[in-house]
Amino acid sequence: MKALTFTLRAAPPERLDLSPLTPQGLAGLDKRAIQAIRLGQSKLASTVGDIFRIAGSNANSLVFEGGSSRFDGVATGMTEGTVRVAGDVGAQAGRGMRGGQLTIEGDAGPHAGSGMRGGRLEIIGSAGDHLGAPLAGELAGMNGGVLIVRGRAGAFAADRMRRGLIAVLKGCGDHAGSRMIAGTLVVTGGAGEMPGYLMRRGSILLDRAPKSLSPSFVECGAPDSVFAALMDRHLVTEDILKRPLLGRAPRRYGGDNAALGLGEILFPA
Amino acid sequence: MPRLKVNGVAIDDTFAEAFGMRATAIVITAPNRKWARQAAVTMTGFATSVIGCGCEAAIDVDLAPSETPDGRPGCRVMIFAVSTDELQKQLQNRVGQCVLTSPGSACFAGLEGPNELKLGAALRYFGDGWQISKKLGGRHFWRVPVMDGEFVCEATVGMTKGAVGGGNLLLLAGSNAKALAAAEAAVAAINEVRGAIMPFPGGIVRSGSKVGGKYKGMTASTNDAFAPTLRGVTKSELEPDVNAVLEIVIDGETSDAVASAMRAGIKAVTQLGSAKGALRISAGNYGGKLGKFHYHLKDLLP
Repeated sequence: MKALTFTLRAAPPERLDLSPLTPQGLAGLDKRAIQAIRLGQSKLASTVGDIFRIAGSNANSLVFEGGSSRFDGVATGMTEGTVRVAGDVGAQAGRGMRGGQLTIEGDAGPHAGSGMRGGRLEIIGSAGDHLGAPLAGELAGMNGGVLIVRGRAGAFAADRMRRGLIAVLKGCGDHAGSRMIAGTLVVTGGAGEMPGYLMRRGSILLDRAPKSLSPSFVECGAPDSVFAALMDRHLVTEDILKRPLLGRAPRRYGGDNAALGLGEILFPA
Repeated sequence: MPRLKVNGVAIDDTFAEAFGMRATAIVITAPNRKWARQAAVTMTGFATSVIGCGCEAAIDVDLAPSETPDGRPGCRVMIFAVSTDELQKQLQNRVGQCVLTSPGSACFAGLEGPNELKLGAALRYFGDGWQISKKLGGRHFWRVPVMDGEFVCEATVGMTKGAVGGGNLLLLAGSNAKALAAAEAAVAAINEVRGAIMPFPGGIVRSGSKVGGKYKGMTASTNDAFAPTLRGVTKSELEPDVNAVLEIVIDGETSDAVASAMRAGIKAVTQLGSAKGALRISAGNYGGKLGKFHYHLKDLLP
């Protein structure tokens, strides 16, 4: 069966909530039912049929041909299958994902992968602020799964992250990994000011020394690290990085001692 | 008993009788091969027989850096016991006292399976609150801070209920030196078989046992039928020209591994020949009623 393909007719006239369009949400629906789903968030009330031409029938594999920064909530809560967006997306892409694979071939807006619990989200372009982070009022951010940004991420990437792996390959904004509860954040290409600000536990792995650190981080030496070896091999075998990141004995800073202080920032010696 | 001869070595028409066991395997790595083997040898010390040691354990194979999770030299160690509880206890104590303590070591699961034993999940408490949990690609590791950095240990390891313990070969020779030469040849060959270990010293037993004894409380006593000095006074299995007998005991991850190991051992002993090594190969059994697994020597000829 061919992938269920949504081809964008024209630039959307309003912000769209694409959260109903997930493999599990569309399973068993016929074409007419899918076309009638309301996506528009203003009084225009656009439906799927207004915005997209539909082809194919395999709801376990969704493709969006064409994207827009008005595409909000792409693949929200998806649990299985694959979703591919050939274009940009708006806010909260892959929010609360639990399984399956979401690929965004363009850029993503703020809160991409917010509260993700499982699956793999890959953004080929760049991501906005609050990557994987909680919405206002939520206690924890990303809670599992793998989130890869091939481009750049904005500020507060991995804010309040609790579990899982986030990798940002072309640098990120300020306060990456702020208030982290646990989990692993990998940043190559340089992090902004004060990564790990108020982190409790978790690991932030960098490809170079951070340009600034909160003064409540303390230097913890550079003994040989089996964890670094495991991590390096994992990142290469998962096709996240092309070459090892940390090496045999990375330097380690422990913190943030203004919070619990069990976190770490590692970078090659 | 009708005898078959290969290269002058007589092969008894008998069988080895072996038992179902629980087994697990771990991969120990270190900065170099010397220290990987040191940790492995230490944790498999005093693990020759479940009768007195609680478990049987030995190094299965050496692993190249490309075969280990952290890219360092390593060894695969196998541990066998009669119950899941005993296996868990032995694994935890031995890894905790002998691998955690060894410089630069790390410890990973060497077996997957539906049944699991705790590994790092039990040893993490040594970290006293400073231990770090990491999940990577479906595997769970514990990082325990120690004086040379961190001890990394996989949280759990698989266990098989299909393991077999007690495969054996008895090598009968005209002199002690020839018996030892035959046994060493067999050990060298069996070391190449994956999934099979020989838990006794250097893989060789000189004090084969029978079940029970004349003294109360003895679960095993000397195998008088194969003791050359008792040839005249007991119902002996030995002919006049035999002066020394050595046994190879084999535990395997599967019944096939035991059979492969015995086949490799028989091949090595017969290749050495009767002039330099054993005059005869036999095997130990209890009449076939105690053990579920029977390995007939005639089926394992080279």
